[in-house]
Amino acid sequence: MTLSSSALRRNLPQCGALIAVLLANWLLFPDFFSIRVQDGRLFGSLIDVMNRGAPVALLAIGMTMVIATRGVDLSVGAVMAISGAIAATMTQAGWSLPPVLLVSLGAGLLCGLWNGVLVAVLRIQPIIATLILMVAGRGIAQLITEGQIVTFVSPGLAAIGSGAVLTVPTPVVLTAATLAVTALLVRATALGLMIESVGVNRLSSAYAGVNTPVILIAVYVWCGLCAAVAGLIVTADIRGADANNAGLWLELDAILAVVVGGTSLLGGRFGLLMSIVGAAIIQAMNTGILLSGFKPEFNLIVKAAVLMVVLLAQSPALSLLLPRPRSPANALPIAAKVTSNAPGKAHKEGSAQ
Amino acid sequence: MTNPHAPPLLAIRGLSKAFLGVQALDGVDFTLRHGEIHALLGENGAGKSTLIKTLTGVYQRDGGTIALNGAEIAPRSVEDAQRLNIGTVYQEVNLLPNLSVAENLFLGRQPMRFGLVDRAAMRRRARAILDGYGLSIDVAAPLQRFSVATQQIVAIARAVDMSAKVLILDEPTASLDAQEVAVLFDVMRGLKARGIGIVFVTHFLDQVYAVCDRITVLRNGRLVGERRTADLPRLDLVAMMLGRELEAAAHRLAQPTEVDESAPPLLRFQGVGKARSVAPFDLDIRPGEVVGLAGLLGSGRTETARLAFGVDRADSGTITVDGAPVALRGPREAIRLGFGYCPEDRKKEGIVGELSVRENIILALQARQGWLNPIPRRRQEEIADRFIRLLDIRTPDAERPIQLLSGGNQQKALLARWLATEPRFLILDEPTRGIDVGAHAEIIRLIERLCADGMALLVVSSELEEIVAYSRRVVVLRDRHHVAALTGEDVCVERIVAAIASESSPPVAEARP
Repeated sequence: MTLSSSALRRNLPQCGALIAVLLANWLLFPDFFSIRVQDGRLFGSLIDVMNRGAPVALLAIGMTMVIATRGVDLSVGAVMAISGAIAATMTQAGWSLPPVLLVSLGAGLLCGLWNGVLVAVLRIQPIIATLILMVAGRGIAQLITEGQIVTFVSPGLAAIGSGAVLTVPTPVVLTAATLAVTALLVRATALGLMIESVGVNRLSSAYAGVNTPVILIAVYVWCGLCAAVAGLIVTADIRGADANNAGLWLELDAILAVVVGGTSLLGGRFGLLMSIVGAAIIQAMNTGILLSGFKPEFNLIVKAAVLMVVLLAQSPALSLLLPRPRSPANALPIAAKVTSNAPGKAHKEGSAQ
Repeated sequence: MTNPHAPPLLAIRGLSKAFLGVQALDGVDFTLRHGEIHALLGENGAGKSTLIKTLTGVYQRDGGTIALNGAEIAPRSVEDAQRLNIGTVYQEVNLLPNLSVAENLFLGRQPMRFGLVDRAAMRRRARAILDGYGLSIDVAAPLQRFSVATQQIVAIARAVDMSAKVLILDEPTASLDAQEVAVLFDVMRGLKARGIGIVFVTHFLDQVYAVCDRITVLRNGRLVGERRTADLPRLDLVAMMLGRELEAAAHRLAQPTEVDESAPPLLRFQGVGKARSVAPFDLDIRPGEVVGLAGLLGSGRTETARLAFGVDRADSGTITVDGAPVALRGPREAIRLGFGYCPEDRKKEGIVGELSVRENIILALQARQGWLNPIPRRRQEEIADRFIRLLDIRTPDAERPIQLLSGGNQQKALLARWLATEPRFLILDEPTRGIDVGAHAEIIRLIERLCADGMALLVVSSELEEIVAYSRRVVVLRDRHHVAALTGEDVCVERIVAAIASESSPPVAEARP
């Protein structure tokens, strides 16, 4: 009972923000929620948000697990470029769809393995370890495409970006499937517990017998795989691979989506679904600003402002500054929080002097 | 030699400091004279580091006075203390390893010429300073190229060159070998001859007797006494540190369980050791036997426990379990063999703070079963509830984050984590440290009960009465050597203290029982 209510309170800012952004879109653009079927595929602004948001949502799924282990993966944008470059180049060279998909996803897996080994075995800090591939990966993608924008004609591959399954756009289906598989993988096994345990305290976990290197490698591999799927979607959508721009800066959107979703960069408890909500907030804003006809220059500033509000709403420091809530039922836990936090803080400040 | 009426170099009177209601220092006096090496001794929680941090301005004192050469001082920061001529060198050298030796010596006060750092002058002066310490090294080379001992001397040279009159050495020898320690001691004696007062914090009694003029002992934040080294026999020193009046020493409280001596040992260590950690030792542990590890802090107790659980890998010797040699490559192998380990630092190495009591309890069992074989939620709750009841873990429910529990209840939850795996051999490092009296007694009762059930236990503790109460055998460690193994009538506080205080002698291999 206490658990579900606290989970609700924790997730309220994100869900509220998503609803607020969607409502704002609706006010600016009354047709926002209207959905129609055309050529066997759903169309509408809301569908567009989900469709466009799919790559970042996919990245956020993998990123959530990495961040839960107290890591971060900066290379996902570059991995997208690699998998897209492979898919486009192989298709252009006449390969059929199954080997193309296999090799592209395999490349994402290998990239994740590389990151995982650097972090888990060589114990390089995740931000640095994955920075290597973030920089080098784009170079690799450019080598694959030989510096060209590789275009292809393949209805099969293109369908991954612009097709539909039972009227639902393929990217949305792929994202939902990835989310379902991931959730099953971590919550129906003990993997979720071990990921959280490693994120909270790697040493304690290792002493309790958790195979920390394998857990760490696994999350980076999964993250690489998610990035490869996202890369396929982007390449399939534009029917070509642009090694310079595919997935550019998307790693930052993915990290933002995870953090907005409430998973702490300090590792530990994670919520996959809330990361998707985070990705949806970001994409709904992008779409809304586009629809509103604001100058694109405003885009980033509006986005930053909304995100700040969401993050501030989650900040424990801010909740202490706010006036006491009106209802006495709520007053107690917060008052208790103040007293339990204050001495610790005073101690810290004392020792810092 | 010095005028007896002149004020001492450093006079601390009635120093008090409390943290969150815990009195870390309670009216402590400490006097340091010119040209003296003064050992500051005490076990964990005695107040040594609080005293040093108050003296160097890291903490602000609650009460008492600090006088330097008769003038009262109130350092507000480490830099402030440095300006007042109080320099500190820590165990982990706090210099910049990637900068050169010369840069480290002059960091923040480099000789300047035309507004630029005068590197030539800096190197020349660095060479001159280090020559004074008998150290002729390439001062342009990065500091990390040199041994820890050399780095320590550079740190000392820096502190002294910044005109230190009081030099605090906080466990400088902890990671040095015997030869390096000798070099460091020469440096210390040289500084002493120059009239500098040195506060020397160490856990090695041999070193105290080798180099110190006086000894001040703290215990539980209070001053136990100040003595001249020459007037204080080792036995008395150990008694001062451990707080035991030897005459009133407690005898064993419970009859140790009968152990079948002819039975093959569950666990046998032969010549197991690790360089710079603990010297090779032999140790047999039988089922139903509690072996206590006694010794001062830093004597190799925890290191022995870590070797036994595979946290550290031994670089010599063999370990056999049930007569078969095993390679303890890490905790996972140890757990597979039926071992469990409650580490000394519960917070950093034991609990997974943010996770619930339930998750903490089932973690080791789940890890052993593998991720593909999850323990069903219902079963997890059963296990957690059973141990919460059995060990009387005080928590509103099993879903509470373990970090919100008191130390004693965290410890019980960690014990539960291992008991859930039904271990054959449990290693407990300071299982009763920092927990309240009630939980303390419960944990001791639990140890006795486990051993009656046929489990083998290796227990590290600085509470000698406690060790005597439950151990069938006590292994005593000193200066990283297993120096004695006491059994039967010999398991008593007096004999343990005598073994800890014994003069440095070639380490005795454990007598086979």
